[in-house]
Amino acid sequence: MVEKRARKKKSNHAGKQRPAAAVADRTGGASVTAGESPAAERPAPVAGMGLAFEQPILKLERQIQDLLVLQEEKGVDYNAEIMQLRDNRTALLKKTYQNLTAWEIVQVARHPSRPQTRDYIELLVKDFEELHGDRRFGDDKAIVTGTGRITGHKVMLVGHQKGRDTKEKVACNFGCAHPEGYRKALRKMQLAAKFGLPIVTFIDTPGAYPGLGSEERGVAEAIAVNLREMALLPTPIVCIVIGEGGSGGALGIGVGDRLAMMEFAWYSVISPEGCSGILWKGSQNAPDAAEALKLTSGELRKLEVVDEVIREPLGGAHRNPRAAADALERYIDRSLRELGALDAARLVEERYQRLRRQGCRALQAD
Amino acid sequence: MTQATIPQVSGRVRFGQTRRHVNVPEGLWLSCPGCNQMIYCKQMQEQLHTCPLCRHHFRVTARQRVDMLADPGSFEEMDAELASVDPLNFNARKSYRDQLAESRNRTGNNDGVLTGRAFIKGRPAVLAAMDFFFLAGSMGAVVGEKITRAIERATTDNLPLVIVSCSGGARMQESTISLMQMAKTAAALARLHRAGGLFISVLADPTTGGTTASFAMLGDIIFAEPRAMIGFAGPRTIANTIKVELPEGFQCAEFLQDKGFIDRIVPRSELRSAIARTIDYCGK
Repeated sequence: MVEKRARKKKSNHAGKQRPAAAVADRTGGASVTAGESPAAERPAPVAGMGLAFEQPILKLERQIQDLLVLQEEKGVDYNAEIMQLRDNRTALLKKTYQNLTAWEIVQVARHPSRPQTRDYIELLVKDFEELHGDRRFGDDKAIVTGTGRITGHKVMLVGHQKGRDTKEKVACNFGCAHPEGYRKALRKMQLAAKFGLPIVTFIDTPGAYPGLGSEERGVAEAIAVNLREMALLPTPIVCIVIGEGGSGGALGIGVGDRLAMMEFAWYSVISPEGCSGILWKGSQNAPDAAEALKLTSGELRKLEVVDEVIREPLGGAHRNPRAAADALERYIDRSLRELGALDAARLVEERYQRLRRQGCRALQAD
Repeated sequence: MTQATIPQVSGRVRFGQTRRHVNVPEGLWLSCPGCNQMIYCKQMQEQLHTCPLCRHHFRVTARQRVDMLADPGSFEEMDAELASVDPLNFNARKSYRDQLAESRNRTGNNDGVLTGRAFIKGRPAVLAAMDFFFLAGSMGAVVGEKITRAIERATTDNLPLVIVSCSGGARMQESTISLMQMAKTAAALARLHRAGGLFISVLADPTTGGTTASFAMLGDIIFAEPRAMIGFAGPRTIANTIKVELPEGFQCAEFLQDKGFIDRIVPRSELRSAIARTIDYCGK
């Protein structure tokens, strides 16, 4: 309540002043309003509500919202101010998202409202028929598999699912798959190859599940077998890192003819926290590790690890999942058209050559 | 990464003419980590670097491994000149270039694996041995490329392939490039497999991470040395995740054999004959 009143007061204040000045005041960031209201009344960043570097943007958004409410309640015309604030928000979003550090990109990739596999399924897959289980041990909910249509293509879809609410997150182990998840994926991919369906995989995992059962049931073997089998499946495979690309757990469904990354996804052999733990004995240097690991889409495109970067809407996929899904859909459609033109032997040969090149630029003859 | 001491090289090991010698002051006695007894170094070395009392298997360099397995003088090394260019310019706390230089000096090799053609008890084969003393035997672009070329050589020359893994996993300092070596080596093995070639994977202590999750677990036959630590995630990571104390012997070779992921545990003294016999049954 206190917070609401404080903001109302600010809004009134802004309304009476020359809008431009008020707006300029607000774009300055968190420190600007300190003079207007006691520090205790400033809205504290709530976990899950936004990322630290997004706070100035979220503040602008709240102000716009408040003005809209006020306009409704009091019947005063604030349209000019609102438009100005919106312009400022757009400018600030652009500026912020064009200059994200590697560590900030990791945060965006982990944003609680970032679209996940099931969101993209809803947004771009028609007639999705989920197929469960590995027929060996169980049904790992950290990997979703099933058939559906993407634009005109009938595909087999395989993707990590991290979970949205607490219950789903726990069921999915936060997107960390067990061996049965990789075996489930393989079974569905072999099915796809048998019936000539192309495969689309969405990668979004912090890594394979590090646990007792996971090791006992051979998670390393499961991933290794997927790498070997995916190399030869006689059907097009398009892989996209939509969020987190955590090491072997990501690669386990990530071998194919095309590898793309959403703009604010990351892909690395180890998480920044894990790398920091090894080098600095603690996770405090994760931002430095993120920088060193070259895990962003831009860096990986330069290194020729990924074929393409799929641009996200302004301010990241979580601000506009629809637009993100559209971009993703266009990429999948185009890739499947290109790959569909190749016969199976040529497809598999080119896939091998694509994998074969990996790292060859990192060599020299001493 | 631990700075492991290189075990003393025994007298019969010959280095290639261009290789620098490993200079470690010779200790006469050492304490065996297996039985905590003081053992005579020379005796340990003569018994293939195992403890004369408890048979604890000490880690050996790639060169020593090759000498243990290949018929004397038969190893023809391939791709020894390949070296990393530090593709990410990795410089976090330690410079990767410095680490590479240090490992090169210490081991006398350009990177963490030796590959080549060899005879094993008279049977021709392609042999690869990973070196834990080179950046914990980690797999970057060089290791991935050399292993891939070894697999391709086995495929084209119709030879059995033997890889002795001894590795902490994918090399962090080459990040996603290292990760892609897992896919590359596995893809090469897919072709060897399709061609009907034999791959004997030998797991030595330790074999973990990206190495386990790629070629090491893809052997037609998988042997492991006794008590070797084999797994995907590190035990500390697992303990921190599940907050449960790990059972005794978790992730050791015996555990994996018990769970059905390893064909047989083979003591070092029997490894050569086990490989030779497998080639007789399965090789072409």
